[in-house]
Amino acid sequence: MERVEAFEVLAPGILTTLQDLGRFGYGQFGVPPAGALDPFSYQIANLLVKNTGSEACLEITLTGLKLRSLGEFLIAITGGDLSPTLNGDPLKMWKTHLLIEGDVITFRRVRSGCRSYLSVSGGFAVGKIMGSYSTYLSGKFGGLEGRALKKGDLLYRFNHSYPLDRVGLGFPEDWIPQFAREVTLRVILGPQEDHFTEKGFQTFFSSTYEVTPQSDRMGIRLRGPVVERRPDVEESIISEGFLPGAIQIPGDGNPIIILNELVTGGYTKIANVIYVDLPKVAQLKPGDRVRFLPVSIEEAHSLLREQEQRLSDFKKRSE
Amino acid sequence: MGLYPEAIFRWVGDRGLLLEFGDRISQEINEKVRRMALAIQKESIEGIIETIPTYRSLLVTYHPFILPIEELKKRLRKIEKQLQEFPLPEPKLTRIPVLYGGAYGPDLEFVASYHQISPEEVIRLHCSKPYFIYMIGFMPGFPYMGELPEALVTPRLKTPRLSVPKGSVAIAQRQTGIYSMESPGGWQIIGRTPMELFDPNRTPPSLLRMGDLVEFYPISEEEYLNWDKKDGKGGGL
Repeated sequence: MERVEAFEVLAPGILTTLQDLGRFGYGQFGVPPAGALDPFSYQIANLLVKNTGSEACLEITLTGLKLRSLGEFLIAITGGDLSPTLNGDPLKMWKTHLLIEGDVITFRRVRSGCRSYLSVSGGFAVGKIMGSYSTYLSGKFGGLEGRALKKGDLLYRFNHSYPLDRVGLGFPEDWIPQFAREVTLRVILGPQEDHFTEKGFQTFFSSTYEVTPQSDRMGIRLRGPVVERRPDVEESIISEGFLPGAIQIPGDGNPIIILNELVTGGYTKIANVIYVDLPKVAQLKPGDRVRFLPVSIEEAHSLLREQEQRLSDFKKRSE
Repeated sequence: MGLYPEAIFRWVGDRGLLLEFGDRISQEINEKVRRMALAIQKESIEGIIETIPTYRSLLVTYHPFILPIEELKKRLRKIEKQLQEFPLPEPKLTRIPVLYGGAYGPDLEFVASYHQISPEEVIRLHCSKPYFIYMIGFMPGFPYMGELPEALVTPRLKTPRLSVPKGSVAIAQRQTGIYSMESPGGWQIIGRTPMELFDPNRTPPSLLRMGDLVEFYPISEEEYLNWDKKDGKGGGL
């Protein structure tokens, strides 16, 4: 497919990468999924510019990204509110905009959440590695040369026709997720729930944990009351596979929520954050506070169905 | 207890199910994990996203609306019951060249003195037998292999290194492994291989596979420096 210029990177920001929904089928070779940490915001960004939903978008962390448009095309910005501006004026998020050559987009400061998603019509044009556009930072592959954006990079998009009647299309206001500084994450117990005491569970579900600065695309490290382990079990287990949202309790008792750049490990996991709450995890930043709430697998699946329904309703509505 | 009579199913959130086949590292348990992974692949069940086999368990990720969880469990049990009939491919042996000691294997001297043998004896022992690959994990292409000869069983470093170079050949307890990319790590590093263990543009990307065998052999610094890295299959086979 033909590629055309989309943006020149004037400033890369703290960490900006290209992502899609992730890389699957290669976990057996030790390859983690990578992909957008907030898959819901990512998908809406694509739908707003009439992409199919699996094109590469930018995942923007906190502040500092500055882009200059090199053509005329549609964009949308979703996810955490990082105060995006267009030529200095506030740019409405969760809405489709038409850029012209020379327009400058800047992400100024964090208003809520931690990560924004920016889509372009056609999607960012890079090669797929193992079936995915996603950047895997520690593996140094995928996305743009396996790395974060840097100053002077040229970003291309696939040259798709786009309908101009789409400009101004918005995601329904009451469906836009709100990212608070204190969140409750719903979890399903396991796989090592039998490694903790009754008192340990009480601590885990009644305490508030704080997000520490040692957090990245591999995991979110929390600080708070130590979860008591059964004295007769070992701290580590035989290495096994896990998924984003797994909550590890290492030897020091401080939980780590596993994100998208890891695939196996040997620490015990008390629970997993349910899929529909992964966006809340993605939008956590240092100093934010987290509580955990147990739910059943049936409840998690029914919440997931609700979200899928919302996505497909919006897709239909915007066709 | 070893191998369980049947796999224990454990929850991994709302999109994963962990099948645990035993409570220790053993080839018998690992073989069942592998058989199960291959059998599931062969059935190509709609709604299964991927399977991740490890030492003693298999993570199955699924789409709950295409494949409801109760249905998934039922189908997995059925496959498990027929596993004995599922043939495993013959293991493939890969020979891997290693430059032992010096700056390439900074822990060789420690391992030798820990066991009160010479560095040459450590090398001889490490090269004395083929190792079984239990799993690929921790990072793309990293093989977890065993078992080391009794005389080489060595604990991990007390303080892990912040950076271990790519290609480092290492040991820890009864296991030996190869760092397929640069990373932090706590294993004892005894040498380095010039072979490329992982290449994202190769199919399959990993040089080694679970269930296959690896044999190490020593090479000189000159051979190491002149190694043709593109010859991924290399190693004098």
